[in-house]
Amino acid sequence: MKFGVIVFPGSNCDRDILTVTKGLLSVPTRMVWHQETDIHDLDAIIIPGGFSYGDYLRCGAIAQFSPVMDSVIEHAKEGKFVLGICNGFQVLTEVGLLPGALIRNRGLHFICDRIPVKVERNDLLWTEDYQSQQVITLPVAHGEGCYYADDDTLKALEDNNQVLFRYCSSSGESTPEHNLNGSMNNIAGIINQQGNVLGMMPHPERASDKAIGSTDGLAIFQGLLNSMAVV
Amino acid sequence: MASKYHARIYVTLRSSVLDPAGTAVESGLKQMGYTEVESVRIGKYIELKLTAEDEDEAKQHLDQMCDRLLANTVIENYCFELTELATV
Repeated sequence: MKFGVIVFPGSNCDRDILTVTKGLLSVPTRMVWHQETDIHDLDAIIIPGGFSYGDYLRCGAIAQFSPVMDSVIEHAKEGKFVLGICNGFQVLTEVGLLPGALIRNRGLHFICDRIPVKVERNDLLWTEDYQSQQVITLPVAHGEGCYYADDDTLKALEDNNQVLFRYCSSSGESTPEHNLNGSMNNIAGIINQQGNVLGMMPHPERASDKAIGSTDGLAIFQGLLNSMAVV
Repeated sequence: MASKYHARIYVTLRSSVLDPAGTAVESGLKQMGYTEVESVRIGKYIELKLTAEDEDEAKQHLDQMCDRLLANTVIENYCFELTELATV
């Protein structure tokens, strides 16, 4: 079992993820330079946060055409796991593995904070170590995290229960006043229809090591690891 | 014989998409006294030069470039103008 962390020019959360998967969970983890195309040895791919290609044109727009991305699409189509965090989420929407788009935050601010996020369901490996409707606290750091999708796409997401994380109050109310960045339906993270691709704006890797204050995010990586154990 | 073309590409946000930057610029203009401003939407302008067999081929390639990279059609619309520069 092996994890891979994709590294684009401008990725900057790649080593944080390595610290969690290899350092805390002892999972063999390989950094995958974006020019690589052979990722057959990997069971789960993580696309990290950062500013791939300087966020030029649009966040994630140029990264989607990196050589490694065709292999990531193949990997996802085989039903294997792909997790995109922050800029990784933006890349996944640009490349079409997840629906919708991430646009400029409603208030224009770059938001760097720790915020409450509600776990909508726990019947997927990503969240099986949480309770359904549990409120966890995760760090966010983004300028373009406002989730947008057209009405039909949004309805399909909700009908299929593809919203995994929502911005909320500390008691779990996902109301407009607790909508961090203007995202439609307070969306903070979604999965694809099959459930093997997850994109989220909050940073679970920054809330995994007790030494830096919180371990609320660790269960997401632990869930990935559990799934491998079953296989 | 192929020709060189100059393309001017306009990428604009779909009307259903919020444009907080446009709203901020709008309030700036109003603060400056331009109270006649009704709305501001900010988009992108891209210039590029290309060689193609004819205008149809140039347009077809530009459409592909816009659909695949220059615009994200989930949130943006695009249009372009094409000028023939010279026969190559």
